[in-house]
Amino acid sequence: MSFVRDTYLVETPPPGMNVGVLGWLRGNLFSSASNTLLTLFGMYVLWTVVPPLIEWALLDAVWQGSGREACLVEGAGACWAFVAAKFGQFIYGTYTFEERWRVDLAFLAGALTVGLLMIERMPGRRYIAVFGLLIYPVIAYILLTGGMFGLPEVETTLWGGLLLTFVVASVGIVVSFPLGIVLALGRRSQMPVMRVLSVIYIEAWRGVPLITVLFMASVMLPLFLPAGTNFDKLLRVLIGVALFSSAYMAEVVRGGLQAIPRGQYEAASALGLGFWQANLLIIMPQALRLVIPGIVNTFIGLFKDTTLVMIVGLFDFLGSIQVNFSDANWATPQTAATGYAFAALVYWIICYSMSRYSMRLEARLNEGTRRA
Amino acid sequence: MRTQAFWNDPRIRAWFFQILAVLVVGGFIAIIVTNTVDNLNALNVASGFGFLQHTAGFGISQTLIEYSESSSYGRAFLVALLNTLLVAGIGIFFATVVGFLVGIARLSPNWLVARLATVYIETFRNIPLLLQILFWYTAVLSNLPAPRNSLEIGSLLMNNRGLYLPAPVGEPGFGFVVAAFFIALLGIVFLRHWSQRRRIATGRGLPIMWPSLGLLFGLPLITFWLAGAPLHFEVPELRGFNFVGGLRAIPELLALVLALSIYTAAFIAEIVRSGIQAVSWGQSEAAQALGLRRTQILRLVVIPQALRVIIPPLTSQYLNLTKNSSLAAALAYPELASVFAGTVLNQTGQAIEVLTITMAVYLGLSLLTSAAMNFYNSRIALVER
Amino acid sequence: MNEDSMAIEITGLNKWYGAFHALKEIDLTVRRGDRIVICGPSGSGKSTLIRCINRLEEHQQGRIVVNGIELNNDLKRIDEVRAEVGMVFQSFNLFPHLTILENCTLAPIWVRKLPKAQAHEMAMSYLARVQIADQADKFPGQLSGGQQQRVAIARALCMNPEIMLFDEPTSSLDPEMIKEVLDVMITLAGEGMTMLCVTHEMGFARTVADRVIFMDEGQIVEENAPEEFFNNPQHPRTQEFLSQILSH
Repeated sequence: MSFVRDTYLVETPPPGMNVGVLGWLRGNLFSSASNTLLTLFGMYVLWTVVPPLIEWALLDAVWQGSGREACLVEGAGACWAFVAAKFGQFIYGTYTFEERWRVDLAFLAGALTVGLLMIERMPGRRYIAVFGLLIYPVIAYILLTGGMFGLPEVETTLWGGLLLTFVVASVGIVVSFPLGIVLALGRRSQMPVMRVLSVIYIEAWRGVPLITVLFMASVMLPLFLPAGTNFDKLLRVLIGVALFSSAYMAEVVRGGLQAIPRGQYEAASALGLGFWQANLLIIMPQALRLVIPGIVNTFIGLFKDTTLVMIVGLFDFLGSIQVNFSDANWATPQTAATGYAFAALVYWIICYSMSRYSMRLEARLNEGTRRA
Repeated sequence: MRTQAFWNDPRIRAWFFQILAVLVVGGFIAIIVTNTVDNLNALNVASGFGFLQHTAGFGISQTLIEYSESSSYGRAFLVALLNTLLVAGIGIFFATVVGFLVGIARLSPNWLVARLATVYIETFRNIPLLLQILFWYTAVLSNLPAPRNSLEIGSLLMNNRGLYLPAPVGEPGFGFVVAAFFIALLGIVFLRHWSQRRRIATGRGLPIMWPSLGLLFGLPLITFWLAGAPLHFEVPELRGFNFVGGLRAIPELLALVLALSIYTAAFIAEIVRSGIQAVSWGQSEAAQALGLRRTQILRLVVIPQALRVIIPPLTSQYLNLTKNSSLAAALAYPELASVFAGTVLNQTGQAIEVLTITMAVYLGLSLLTSAAMNFYNSRIALVER
Repeated sequence: MNEDSMAIEITGLNKWYGAFHALKEIDLTVRRGDRIVICGPSGSGKSTLIRCINRLEEHQQGRIVVNGIELNNDLKRIDEVRAEVGMVFQSFNLFPHLTILENCTLAPIWVRKLPKAQAHEMAMSYLARVQIADQADKFPGQLSGGQQQRVAIARALCMNPEIMLFDEPTSSLDPEMIKEVLDVMITLAGEGMTMLCVTHEMGFARTVADRVIFMDEGQIVEENAPEEFFNNPQHPRTQEFLSQILSH
């Protein structure tokens, strides 16, 4: 039985119902009885959720007004006028109005630093990172607190809104980063005492809820210091958040260290490098590149956790929105829902963008390690 | 003759650094303790755990055990702890169910269902949990009607004071029904065992599903009927402005459970999805090529492998949920953080003791779960070279 | 089971992936006891073809009849066919959470409904035939690639199939392990098993095959007895392919 083909066959298009829009619909949505049922169920869900949402948030919403009368209209939807009126407070808290430009400046500088760091081929990335971790915090502190260089002081009790959220989250990450590295190294150390101390520290902070840490920070910290030390409330919270976050950061860094093959350590010691040299020059740069997605994820978690400071009396973004619900001038049935919807939107945009960035980073890192 | 100075010997250096570390940490702790003792004395705050026997003097809106204002702080602690476990338990249950459903939906070949699942996951993962709790509590539950105009769904009543259910009250003879239930469970275990032995011996097992269901429902029901229906329901009755009797789930509990379940389910869904995707497609293909049917492939090949990947991060999420229940402090749901680390702390002023106990409880739960997880992992880890 | 019927009869087979025409007008007849090797450049559709035979892939046009059973969307028929057709994959696909023995007894117990002891005995005899009976209680992760592939062959054989399909069985193996797997396949062929084998191992084709089929761009380009095929390729594309693959 032998056969030799004389002419190659040409490609022909597939039977009609399988391609194009119809084919896609058939394959993905209506391919079988159960699939069709699922599609109908899905459409029902959409039908019950989306139109009422659009009506409430857009079509029936009140966009302008200066008080509750605007939103007390019959059949009113979201009271965006409330958000518009209180917007400044949501962003800056009760920060002195005339000095708000300092907040803007600090934020722009920070955004610029982070933005430059995100550019793949940025030259001098390391210097920008060092600037971001060491110099920028000082600049930001001076700008925000004032009391020097001719800038009037703005007490931290006046800080609030999105400003406070970013301050808590950023300080938390920046401070927990070096702490986390030290702890991660300590946990992997050959010295039993270091290992034990690190493990106790890490597991203790990771095993308790952030709320209890915040309670501890606001109530117990003043007791730990000699009587009479005035302890800024924000500072207490920052310390609590930084310590809490450092334990999670330690685990993230540890994951990166574990991903470095033994060969790197061996090559470093073969070259005669000591512990600190080997880690600083060879291991850390590689490990830290790997853990950047983990760090971004930790930041996202921290960003969401900043909402808890409301419970210990600081007014972050969510807190300053919530506190305005009791403003008699804006008391309507829709105020609370609108405020929460606005908060949810802002948080969602920020957290979602960060998580997309982190996923892209991870994909790019995996590209480099996957074999062709 | 030494070839190097003794302070360059790595072992000596190791001991030196370790001793240094212990001294530094010890010194640090000593300073803190000294300051604290001084400060506490200056503030006339009592010390020690004796306060646990003092009278609490405040009421708690939800108590699973006997409690009154004349109970002790220790009792209040117990009530709070039980409330924490209650909300965590219910939350874990619903989060798991919803999480698995959404995770599997995410992998559905139906494009619409898969997209909806993705929207769910991406929406609820990226909004802070506290915001979700406050939203459900403030925006939804406060808008429920007053008790007089309660919403009725079957025998459930919803109003702004909570969810009311008829409370089952057993009469003498109900014990037999409960016993019948457990006997039915035992029967099912035996049935499965017997079926498996038969399969090993002859290749064919016994039908399990319908007989099990029949036993589970039938046996207690028959006993119930034979005993003369020893059960009546205490229906909540409207007296004045409120309902009396029946079971009540306070709005704070509802909001907390709702928010915790929905939030954690989003994370569980991702875990389930990646667990199932971790099982390579070739496994299903090999099983198909051998002639196994879809349910068999899922049960014997895919799910055992997927569970190995799913369970460690799943337990992590359960732990997170339990820790997150402490956000009840924002709602005044009376659990550990809000009652004990809140009211009791404020009243006694003994912050150190109260917070230590609170954190120790959470830490204990975490360590227990970690230990169980590690044990499970070492047992079922895939054996490799 | 009809002794006279063809093992596999494929007529006018066409398959599309979306708009991509993967298999074009395939006609193939396999008699009982035939040993067929399918070769060709990557992307030519060889794997797709044999995966259509046990319905791991669906076809849109044409007929596939296996052991007298026509393959279509009827699940029952698909299960019947799969019970008669064994398949060995390039990436072994052993079940990592089961021991070697359990891998082999899984299908006989749950599909053929054999008692455990009987399945056990049969599995051990097949494992002995592929010379790996001593590893029966180990897990796949503890074995080398060659060992795993031999287990995969034993696992497929435990269902007593009429036809065995091999999808590039040695392509994932280190060179020194290829021989042990090929030896098993040669023994199997010697015992009269109907085999379709997609492979690049031309030495194996010369030794064992009754027919060699060359595929390119989704269609059968040349088909002949191995002597003729290797010594006297007719189609220019076959000649090109053979010169590339036999030169290194």
